[in-house]
Amino acid sequence: MGYTLKLRVWRGDKSGGEIKDYPVEVSEGEVVLDAIHRVQGTQAGDLAVRWNCKAGKCGSCSAEVNGKPRLMCMCRLSDFEEDETITVTPMRTFPVIRDLVTDVSFNYEKAKELPSFAPPPRDADNKRRMAQVDVERGQEFRKCIECFLCQNTCHVVRDHEENKQAFAGPRFFLRYAELDMHPLDTNDRRKLAQDAAGLGMCNITKCCTEVCPEGIKITDNAIIPMKERVADRKFDPLVWLGSKIGIRNKDDDGRVEL
Amino acid sequence: MASTKAPAGTGVHGPGRAAIGARTLRQDRWWLAPLSTFVVFSAFIVYATWRAFANANYYAEPYLSPFYSPCLGDCVKGSSDFGQPFGWFPLSAALIILIFPLGFRMTCYYYRKSYYRAFWLSPPACAVAEPHTKYTGETRLPLILNNLHRYFWYAAIVVGFVLSFDVVISFKEADGGHVGLGTLILLVNVVFIWLYTLSCHSCRHAVGGRLRHFSKHPVRYKAWTWVSKLNAHHAKFAWYSLFSVAIADLYVYLLANGTISETRFF
Amino acid sequence: MSTGTAGVGQEGRHPMTGNALDGDAEGGMERHTYDVVVIGAGGAGLRAAIAAHEAGARTAIVCKSLLGKAHTVMAEGGIAAAMGNRWPEDNWEVHFRDTMRGGKMLNNWRMAQLHAQEAPERVMELEDWGALFDRTEDGLISQRDFGGHKYARLAHVGDRTGLEMIRTLQQRAVQLGIDVFMECTITDVFVSASSTSGEKAIAGAFGYWRESGRFIVFDSPTVILATGGIGKSFKVTSNSWEYTGDGHALAMRAGASLINMEFIQFHPTGMVWPPSVKGLLVTESVRGDGGILKNSEGKRFMFDYIPEFFKAETADTVEEADAWYEDKKNNRRPPELLPRDEVARAINSEIKAGRGTPHGGIYLDIASRRTPEFIKKRLPSMYHQFKELADVDITAEPMEIGPTCHYVMGGVEVDADTQESAVTGLYAVGECSGGMHGSNRLGGNSLGDLLVFGKRAGDAATAYAKGLGANRPKIVEADVKAAERSALAPFEVEGGENPYTIQSDLQQSMNDLVGIIREGSELEESLVAIEAFKERAKTMKVEGHRQYNPGWHLAIDLRNMLIVSESIAKAALARQESRGGHTRNDYPATDPEWGTKNLVVNLTADGTGVELHEKPLPVMPEELTTYFAAAAPMANVQTEEGKN
Repeated sequence: MGYTLKLRVWRGDKSGGEIKDYPVEVSEGEVVLDAIHRVQGTQAGDLAVRWNCKAGKCGSCSAEVNGKPRLMCMCRLSDFEEDETITVTPMRTFPVIRDLVTDVSFNYEKAKELPSFAPPPRDADNKRRMAQVDVERGQEFRKCIECFLCQNTCHVVRDHEENKQAFAGPRFFLRYAELDMHPLDTNDRRKLAQDAAGLGMCNITKCCTEVCPEGIKITDNAIIPMKERVADRKFDPLVWLGSKIGIRNKDDDGRVEL
Repeated sequence: MASTKAPAGTGVHGPGRAAIGARTLRQDRWWLAPLSTFVVFSAFIVYATWRAFANANYYAEPYLSPFYSPCLGDCVKGSSDFGQPFGWFPLSAALIILIFPLGFRMTCYYYRKSYYRAFWLSPPACAVAEPHTKYTGETRLPLILNNLHRYFWYAAIVVGFVLSFDVVISFKEADGGHVGLGTLILLVNVVFIWLYTLSCHSCRHAVGGRLRHFSKHPVRYKAWTWVSKLNAHHAKFAWYSLFSVAIADLYVYLLANGTISETRFF
Repeated sequence: MSTGTAGVGQEGRHPMTGNALDGDAEGGMERHTYDVVVIGAGGAGLRAAIAAHEAGARTAIVCKSLLGKAHTVMAEGGIAAAMGNRWPEDNWEVHFRDTMRGGKMLNNWRMAQLHAQEAPERVMELEDWGALFDRTEDGLISQRDFGGHKYARLAHVGDRTGLEMIRTLQQRAVQLGIDVFMECTITDVFVSASSTSGEKAIAGAFGYWRESGRFIVFDSPTVILATGGIGKSFKVTSNSWEYTGDGHALAMRAGASLINMEFIQFHPTGMVWPPSVKGLLVTESVRGDGGILKNSEGKRFMFDYIPEFFKAETADTVEEADAWYEDKKNNRRPPELLPRDEVARAINSEIKAGRGTPHGGIYLDIASRRTPEFIKKRLPSMYHQFKELADVDITAEPMEIGPTCHYVMGGVEVDADTQESAVTGLYAVGECSGGMHGSNRLGGNSLGDLLVFGKRAGDAATAYAKGLGANRPKIVEADVKAAERSALAPFEVEGGENPYTIQSDLQQSMNDLVGIIREGSELEESLVAIEAFKERAKTMKVEGHRQYNPGWHLAIDLRNMLIVSESIAKAALARQESRGGHTRNDYPATDPEWGTKNLVVNLTADGTGVELHEKPLPVMPEELTTYFAAAAPMANVQTEEGKN
């Protein structure tokens, strides 16, 4: 059952690095993260790797396995041939710190730029009321475990460092969409999504959706609806005309544009 | 493998990124999907361009090629069911109306994904570095015009009705009813055209997606759930309808120039 | 996270705090001043920091992982709060009573009371901050049933309530602009004599950046410990690597004490295969929805393990057990739904008798009993968990499961109202505090615990820090030097042992000797083993340098694991009865005498070991005792606890 896996791991830091061979014993049922841990425990005690839950729920162990952005804990060895070489590198969009650990502070910075939820006062009985159908779209987006694989795979920043300033990335379009679809939120963030977050930079090539370990339909359910909402506000003269002559969507009543 | 020095290029080879020489370490055939898209779309463009400019062999009673429908220019006898308001137009009548289906597809969220990947390589596949040094997405002309998708969708609805009308016509003949292979082809084509049109992301937005309170609009919510189900297959319908429209045109062409003759069922 | 990405933060400054920071490990020491320093960024830590910030304190959150990755994300079931959205007759008194009974009356009554009273408002706050709970038909927060709770009262979001909670708190903390020191480990808490009273009090904390290895000192009159549990000391656990008992150990070294350390909740059903997820929880709902336990001979063995005590209320034939799912009134419960410790013990015996599965577990079978559609609808996350992690289709084949270390009821002994420990300025909240859950925690009570006492600690710490004015205890500089030396010690050793090996041996030993079923002789053996581990740990060696070096990090955490393990083993040996999360083979009965006292653990004077003493349980006021007057004898109310 056990065999020696031809594992290769990128070792290095911001000054340079290389892909090194670490042949390692693995057994049936293991995942890439197990192999990495065994290397850490037996061959390279200082091999840097981030991980926490090991069950695909915390989103810490993001890396690239044979070039594909994956969670190492959800990457089963049984999906590979026994004689296949598996190459593990850090995410290639963020600055590398050491080995498989990258500096993901880009994402935390972007999180700070996003205005938070702004609810109206509670109902008279001190509770809030929302229908299940109205919260379901947002609930899908809140399944996000912040592994940042979507941010990593998005070519807008992966291939163009200079876009990092003007582009928040799929994870935060998810957040914009969640708040814009929130039945209680009093802010209108569409202008912000287009201008500050750089929604227009996205060319919907769907890689974010392809790599999402939670299976969130980022492009179809968040980004494209957000683009359509921006189009309502910015690119649709009919909607503009309607609002001028008093025909308008009352659904947005009480929202303040940010 | 030799140690790689700190990178000094751009993108994945930029400063600060992990020093890895290859632009991708993917080992699967990631190039297959963009390549096949490129080949098929290119073939369609070549075919459609030839057919649109040909200005001939687009009508074989009772069938009108979807490329020429509605035929609003100086069309052959019997093909203009909606008159000839552009009878003065000197070129092919297809050019008058093709802008609408073409624009609908060019601004379609699925086709955008496909041509950005297959034609512009931006990116060719996920986690494969793109060749361009600059990228501005859909923030400026001409790509910002993709935001006008909804208008083309409105037009696509009209086109859908016109093509449906053509199907109804195709059941008729001077001496009563008829069903031929052409009828079936046009029928299948219009079904795919409708599926493609109704599964559109702008449609999904318009029928209910734009709402924040589904609970206050139960009918629109229901419509939105239906369109959402169709929307999941939008890419599939985009391909099916692309083939069906080309096949429909080809069938009319072959009938009109006498290469084949109609297969009648009754 | 040192280097700012393009346009984000200044080069060489920490993006979260703006403090000077370079990657050079030898580049000196960072120093910061705060009113409140919170260690840990799970639910409790974040809630405490939010409270402190809102009360006007300069607040820092320090956490070992990235923000938002703490173990709270693993919680599935929900937050227990008597909001009455499903059952208007639910109120704090009923919740209080359920909590006390679940903890076998060993709970700190005041904590259980505060928790029951304040949980509903804490849940509403989450909604104010953007949490999207599942709704009732009326649009209120939906509440679900769980073991041990009389009414449906767990506010939930599908089966990912913990994720929702931590994300909401994280987004709130970011919105408030609270400073977060991510991937930063605290190794020491400083205690100094107050400049006015001369009394010992908290002066600050010492730690290192995991990324650079650079040291960092916090000058702060308060420290709130919110470090979670101790599960990583056991081989089979549902806990992550962070759960090394840091808060427990920091508190002891600062002079505080721990209580109830013998009580550890082992969940009977954790995954045993594949190895990568050994210990990962399999929800109790599988059994609730019809799943049964079978040994390798295909026998439904739980009928052989019905204790005298539960005979009256447990089905003794397959027919009756199966009928219960449809008609709960006229049939008795299937034996698979006996209390957790009973089920875990039975599984243990079957495996020991050689009737285990190929991977050393027992079969949990729902495939042969329910339709695939039913399973997928009722247990979507379990279906996916097994499908993706084990490549097992639970609608077609049985799961392999075994007991797993899940939660420690014990922790830092604190004041119920303020969560302050015996050391002035040192607070503890969440799993690393003790008392609230008594000898056994009810499912859903942990998430509520985090919120209620997180807020209380944040408020209390702020009040204390503000009251000090300029009279803050000052860090003794010699202590900083000592902390530095101690942290670097593993690099100095010549030819010592690999910390990974010691950790793995410790985990095995704790699992074997201080596990789910305990025996006096084995506990004594474990104490001998721990002494040997302590000896070996003195000569731990790590390779490489200080920059993001997991070997070094483990070497430091291992010291905490050893102290905590010793506390658990000593307390377990002393408590000569079985109660809640403590089962003694040699003392199988619950002893009323032991029901009146807690076991308190302190560090010995020389700091090399732990010592133990008994302490009477706080006495419940008269008006609260009335809730239990009509109750059945305590042992009878043991219920199957939820999985949070």
